[in-house]
Amino acid sequence: MNIPAAARIPDSQALILILIMAAITYLVRALPFLLFPGDKKTPSYIVYLGKVLPYAVIGMLVVYCLRNVRITQAPFGLPELIAGAAVVAVHVWKRNTLLSIAGGTLLYMFLVQSVFS
Amino acid sequence: MRVKAFKAAFPHTLPVMAGYLFLGLGFGILLESKGFSFPWAFFMSVIIFAGSMQYAAIDLLAGGAGFLYTAMMTLIIQIRHLFYGLSLIEKYKSAGKIKPLLIHELTDETYSLVCSCEPPEDVDPNLFYLFISMLDHSYWIIGCTAGALLGSLVDFNTNGIDFVMTALFIVIFTNQWLETRDHRPALIGVLATAVCLIVFGADRFILPAMVAITLLLTIFRPSLEKEETP
Repeated sequence: MNIPAAARIPDSQALILILIMAAITYLVRALPFLLFPGDKKTPSYIVYLGKVLPYAVIGMLVVYCLRNVRITQAPFGLPELIAGAAVVAVHVWKRNTLLSIAGGTLLYMFLVQSVFS
Repeated sequence: MRVKAFKAAFPHTLPVMAGYLFLGLGFGILLESKGFSFPWAFFMSVIIFAGSMQYAAIDLLAGGAGFLYTAMMTLIIQIRHLFYGLSLIEKYKSAGKIKPLLIHELTDETYSLVCSCEPPEDVDPNLFYLFISMLDHSYWIIGCTAGALLGSLVDFNTNGIDFVMTALFIVIFTNQWLETRDHRPALIGVLATAVCLIVFGADRFILPAMVAITLLLTIFRPSLEKEETP
């Protein structure tokens, strides 16, 4: 199963690939701060985006996490729907972040491993 | 002061701890199976620190991808991080010397915590955000390295554990929903992304979704600024 180290790309090539990934990741994360440094007045449009974006982005991330769910094939996204609804319900009820997350994840694992496997 | 900031930050990071340890383990195990032993997992988790990107990196490394292809893939997968910086410009304004470090550790999960958790009044906000970021990063490094070290020794069914991240984002979404009256930004985020996912497919919907979200938020700016979310 395991690939011996000799059968893969050389260390030097792997190192360069990793450095490329690290550099671009850092650049994307840093770009807004470089464009709008803290010592200058940030344009009001950017301040506005900074205020409303967090609400939109968390919504985007929820969809992003579910991007590989196929609702046209069995199990039709049911495990995600059931576990997701449970997270919301438990959270509205108890407002306990850890309980909602742990409960929802365990329910999801049970669903995909036992019920819809 | 430091202890106080640490104590305030730590409880917020617990859900991320659970998620990162398991996702990191999965990453380490996979990477090790492709012939890269634990120092590689450690090194990557320290200098890249990105969940989905590192999973993609396993395939790129195993397949010996070209430099340009690797650069393009990284850009496509990470482009959503542009939004994180944009919404934290004000929050990180006074971070000074630690700003480069805060930027390095700005993952999906760290971003969501920094956005949604307010430091207590007697705690230095910059220290608070730094501890959240560094705790998250340390969980990730431990998970990735341990996974590569233990490799095939770990044998229990972790299928579905990745839902922990989905659950984290759903909880934050629910919190934001309950705390605000104007739900249009949240709805724009979900609907624009969902429409783009259907139209463009799972591999290339993020960039169109980001453009659509920005456009819609810009169009609605006059009325959204009036209703100012608290």
